Amino acid sequence: MALAVAIFLLVVGSIIFHLVSPWWFTPIASNWTAVDSTVELTFIVTGIVFVLVNGFLIYCVVKFRHKEGHRAHYEPENKKLEIILIAITSIGVIAMLAPGLFVWANFVDVPDDALEVEVVGQQWRWSYRYPGSDGVFGSTDVSHMTHENPLGINPEDPSGQDDVIVYNADLRLLKDRPVKLWLRSKDVLHNFTVAQFRVKMDLVPGMVTHLWLTPTLAGEYDILCEELCGVAHYAMRGRVIVEEEPAYSNWVASQKTFAQTQQESGTDINNGRALYAVCASCHGQSGEGNEALNAPRLAGMSSWYIENQIFKYKNGYRGTHEDDTYGRQMVPMAATLANEASVKNVAAFIESLADTPNNQTVTGDIENGRRLYTTCGACHGKQGEGVWSTDAPKLAGLNDWYMVRQLHNFKNGIRGYHSADATGKQMMLLSGMLKDDQSIDDVVAYINTLQK
Amino acid sequence: MSMWTLVIALVCALIVWAVLVRYLMAQPWLPAGDPGNLADITAVDEPAKKVGLYFFLCAISSLFALFITAYVMRMDPNHGADWFSIPKPGILWINTLLLVYSSISMQHAKTVSTLNGQKNLKRALMTGGVFAILFIAGQLWAWEVLHGSVYFHLSNPALGFFYLMTGIHAVHLIGGLYVWARVTAKVFNNAQPETVNLSIELCTTYWHYLLLVWLVLFGLLLLT
Amino acid sequence: MAFVAYADRDEVHGHDPDTFITKYIWSQDHKVIAIQYGGVAIFVGLTALVLSVMMRLQLAFPDTFNFITPNDYYQFVTMHGMIMVIYLLTALFLGGFGNYLIPLMCGARDMVFPYMNMLSFWAYLVSVIILLASFFVPGGPTGAGWTLYPPQTILPGTPGNELGILMMLLSLAVFIVAFTMGGLNYVTTILQARCRGMTLMRMPLSIWGIFTATVLGLLAFPALLVASIMMIFDLLLGTSFFMPAVLSMGQASDTMGGSPILFQHLFWFFGHPEVYIVALPAFGIVSDLLSVHARKNIFGYRMMVWAIVGIGALSFVVWAHHMYVSGMNPYFGFFFATTTLIIAIPTAIKVYNWVLTLWQANIRMTVPMLFSIGFIFTFTHGGLTGLFLGNVTVDLPLSDTYFVIGHFHMVMGVSPVLVLFGALYHWMPKMTGKMFNVTLGKIHFWLTFLCTYAIYLPMHYLGILGIPRRYYAYGGADFIPASAQSMNVGITYAAIILAFVQLIFLYNVFWTLFKGKPAGGNPWEATTLEWQTPDTPPKHGNWGAKLPEVYRWAYDYSVPGAKLDYIPQNEPHHGHDSVESDSDDAVDEAKE
Repeated sequence: MALAVAIFLLVVGSIIFHLVSPWWFTPIASNWTAVDSTVELTFIVTGIVFVLVNGFLIYCVVKFRHKEGHRAHYEPENKKLEIILIAITSIGVIAMLAPGLFVWANFVDVPDDALEVEVVGQQWRWSYRYPGSDGVFGSTDVSHMTHENPLGINPEDPSGQDDVIVYNADLRLLKDRPVKLWLRSKDVLHNFTVAQFRVKMDLVPGMVTHLWLTPTLAGEYDILCEELCGVAHYAMRGRVIVEEEPAYSNWVASQKTFAQTQQESGTDINNGRALYAVCASCHGQSGEGNEALNAPRLAGMSSWYIENQIFKYKNGYRGTHEDDTYGRQMVPMAATLANEASVKNVAAFIESLADTPNNQTVTGDIENGRRLYTTCGACHGKQGEGVWSTDAPKLAGLNDWYMVRQLHNFKNGIRGYHSADATGKQMMLLSGMLKDDQSIDDVVAYINTLQK
Repeated sequence: MSMWTLVIALVCALIVWAVLVRYLMAQPWLPAGDPGNLADITAVDEPAKKVGLYFFLCAISSLFALFITAYVMRMDPNHGADWFSIPKPGILWINTLLLVYSSISMQHAKTVSTLNGQKNLKRALMTGGVFAILFIAGQLWAWEVLHGSVYFHLSNPALGFFYLMTGIHAVHLIGGLYVWARVTAKVFNNAQPETVNLSIELCTTYWHYLLLVWLVLFGLLLLT
Repeated sequence: MAFVAYADRDEVHGHDPDTFITKYIWSQDHKVIAIQYGGVAIFVGLTALVLSVMMRLQLAFPDTFNFITPNDYYQFVTMHGMIMVIYLLTALFLGGFGNYLIPLMCGARDMVFPYMNMLSFWAYLVSVIILLASFFVPGGPTGAGWTLYPPQTILPGTPGNELGILMMLLSLAVFIVAFTMGGLNYVTTILQARCRGMTLMRMPLSIWGIFTATVLGLLAFPALLVASIMMIFDLLLGTSFFMPAVLSMGQASDTMGGSPILFQHLFWFFGHPEVYIVALPAFGIVSDLLSVHARKNIFGYRMMVWAIVGIGALSFVVWAHHMYVSGMNPYFGFFFATTTLIIAIPTAIKVYNWVLTLWQANIRMTVPMLFSIGFIFTFTHGGLTGLFLGNVTVDLPLSDTYFVIGHFHMVMGVSPVLVLFGALYHWMPKMTGKMFNVTLGKIHFWLTFLCTYAIYLPMHYLGILGIPRRYYAYGGADFIPASAQSMNVGITYAAIILAFVQLIFLYNVFWTLFKGKPAGGNPWEATTLEWQTPDTPPKHGNWGAKLPEVYRWAYDYSVPGAKLDYIPQNEPHHGHDSVESDSDDAVDEAKE
């Protein structure tokens, strides 16, 4: 009896939960309203079955509970009843399946007038490519991938020259125009999902998959990876901006083409040395850093990392948070580097500085730090050596007080909060694994031991 | 997996269904002897070990069928651009003959084991086993030949599959040789025929089965 | 040499154990092996339960627990899944209940290959030890998710990508060997060693479920073995079966052309039948529990058998519904959505027949009955949400979200576990000879049933919202409201209660052993053979001097005209007058 009441309450409770729960589909932003309708239809059909089956169950549990001297009815089977039940079930199944197949047929069939955009996944970030004025993507290969050519476009392929590379910003799509998204992975399986678009597809290394949709609602949406792709899977975030003309075309036109990214001439270290004079006042003549001035050591850092950070300061992705006292000091300094060439020259000069050992100021539980660092090592390398393909700087030899401060900044959303700061956002999410100050000290103390 | 595997699976399911349906139509709540209660069999009239072996062969068939499916799928030119067919060492032909002869000897052993006096049983069993061992040695030789050749690039899936499939096949044969060794030891200790005959029969079945598997694998390797 | 059918061999059973070691450790007795299997499976299952609580703690309180890093979290996810699916559910249903019930329900003295049966258990134990040992190797266990998808599984960036995954694959390979040895025993025993009169269609549905599941296992586990061996090659030798050209840690691999999707096909060709390897024994066992405690024959026995066999056959042609958004040829979606929804029909028949069994019954609300009815509820729920995910279009927004977690935990986590508990309570009096504590059993049921629903119902809605599974933390996504986090906290509280409630069950087992009252040979007044043994618990050889003979099906409950409301299977039809004609009348009635 109690069981009948319980099941009754669970059924009623489930229906009420269904009706009042605040968790339901996000407002749809694509043409795939038919997907939502199919889901709702399935809810109706299965909901009816859920109520009927459990209603009958409750009835049986109440009505036919054990009574002294009572005996159950003997009936091995009832063919007619079972055939009727099979028939009804089949009708229900067809009612759900048939619309689903029609929608799927639509999903499989990409419209001819669809724009094409390529989405590239890697551990653990997104980047994008537009086919450029010729409308054709250049061929790609893993062997071409370098820091300067992160998407691995074949430099020999003429159709790749005008491809627009979007490596550190958002995906932009044109409202009300079908778009076919080509999905390519550089390393492992990923999955491209925008909850508001409803459709998703895996990225499979070694092949190019696709999906299509028509964005229907201007706005900004999160891109999530939904295929477990390694330890920072949950930090693999991106953003898609749906906008109208002419904003869309203007934006695409303002991005660099592949040819432009490859054009830069070689760097000039002497020019870099001259420019570095400004930096030296805080960071020291040989880039040794100065804790009193809150200037971290630069010697030993790769040029690509220095470049990225200076660009972030220049573009307002870093050092703009009001609590970022020392980052704010860096912004006007970065602004003294007038153009890309000078940034690259300074970075090249810094890379050439001798990497000498460092003072250690932070103490902590090294064993615990080692355990925590396992996760960090997935990007920064097991020895803290830094890995260009994950955009992870070298940590071994970095000032420990600086790392502690930056980890606090990431954790507190002072650094990495800017939506266009893709790598900073990763660190913001990952630093969440260091749940108190002690663990920050521990992991930094362990990184200290990696210094050669 | 490709559609033809599906079709085969469906056909198998239908065959099983057709075989079973006679039993499955019985109405067991009726008393025995009632016309509705047909197919009143108690058990399959075969030794349990034999039935067990048949099920084992089914499981192995599934294993090799899946290897072959994986082989064919990996060859698919859409992503198999790195597939380079390798020349198959000539020794494989000799190995095949060795295994055929081994199988024939086992069949002979099975035949004579049921005859009065079991004449030549020891020799037939020994021949069967020794030739199977020679087969494995020959397979190892083939591995060596490939290992020393210019075609030895493990990143070539054709080569990887060659080692994988010949290796798995050889492992199964070695398992069979373990049983063979036990039976042969008993025969050489002049065990009573009824204590060994079933094992000899099952060994023989297993030998024929592995010969068949090898012929299929060899054919597949030669064709690709 | 003429073959003598097992049913015609009355001699007392061989391999009699004489020392403690041969009796309880290196035992060849199916009942001891069953309990060994069950004990290890429950132990390793509790480990996995602890892992799931750790995961829930992280999800509810992402800023609190220092000992859970992303690295740990993904290792917990992986080990929890793999242990629960393979090392608990498969092992407990087939190794545990399969071993215990097959000889007893079929009227055999033991399995037909007792020595191999013993080896099967020891190999299983070795596989569990290898699996748990991977927690202690450098790098820890693999964190690739229980699906072990390459290429990430064996690349840096995934926890345990070197030793952890190797141990996992080796453990799986040993498990498959163990399962094959056990499985050959189960099918051969069912086919060969049934006692006289036990026709296939007189077998209890438990045996049908176990039999079909074992056949599925024998055919499906090789797919996992193939995938494991090929992955071991990729890992250790650098072959490129599954490894395409990739860029890992700044280095281009020297592999190319490998196909990650090939692995997924192999994995799910095993993985989907695996769902039914767990579900079919549960279906069978719950049918028997319902029938016994409702004092009524299972409704539509033949339909139930056909449904079990049909589901088993169909389960081989639906695997790619796990791969709708995997990047495989999208046209496969049409085929697999159709087959998947077809499989819903025999499954629905089973649900109808369970409920119809309760109709006009005489339901005794025993502890096993509570669990069985709880199962009908959760299985209906989980089965219906399966219709969402099986339908290719509906799967688009829902796959890889919490909806999937809610669905499969409801349908192949909670439901089979409820059956397992029901079955353990049902057969505990036979295994121990003593009756368990009913009050504790009821408390255990209520808390388990309600907590699991509180955990998994909300997950479906979080999934519809779009919250992805396998996330260590959810910060920074605009569409996820703060209320979702409060729900996570609530779910975690329910999960913690649920975990602690299982201690009640463990306590009850020991209570039964030491304080339980003698239960008698047939406390539930059941018809099947295991309740008709001369001794309780059954002695070695099960049946004393003479094997039983079967005269009727397993469901003669409440037969009109019979003295009691059940007639054991081994009770002959007395004469050819009263009882027989009465039951004929009943049948005629039924036909009308």
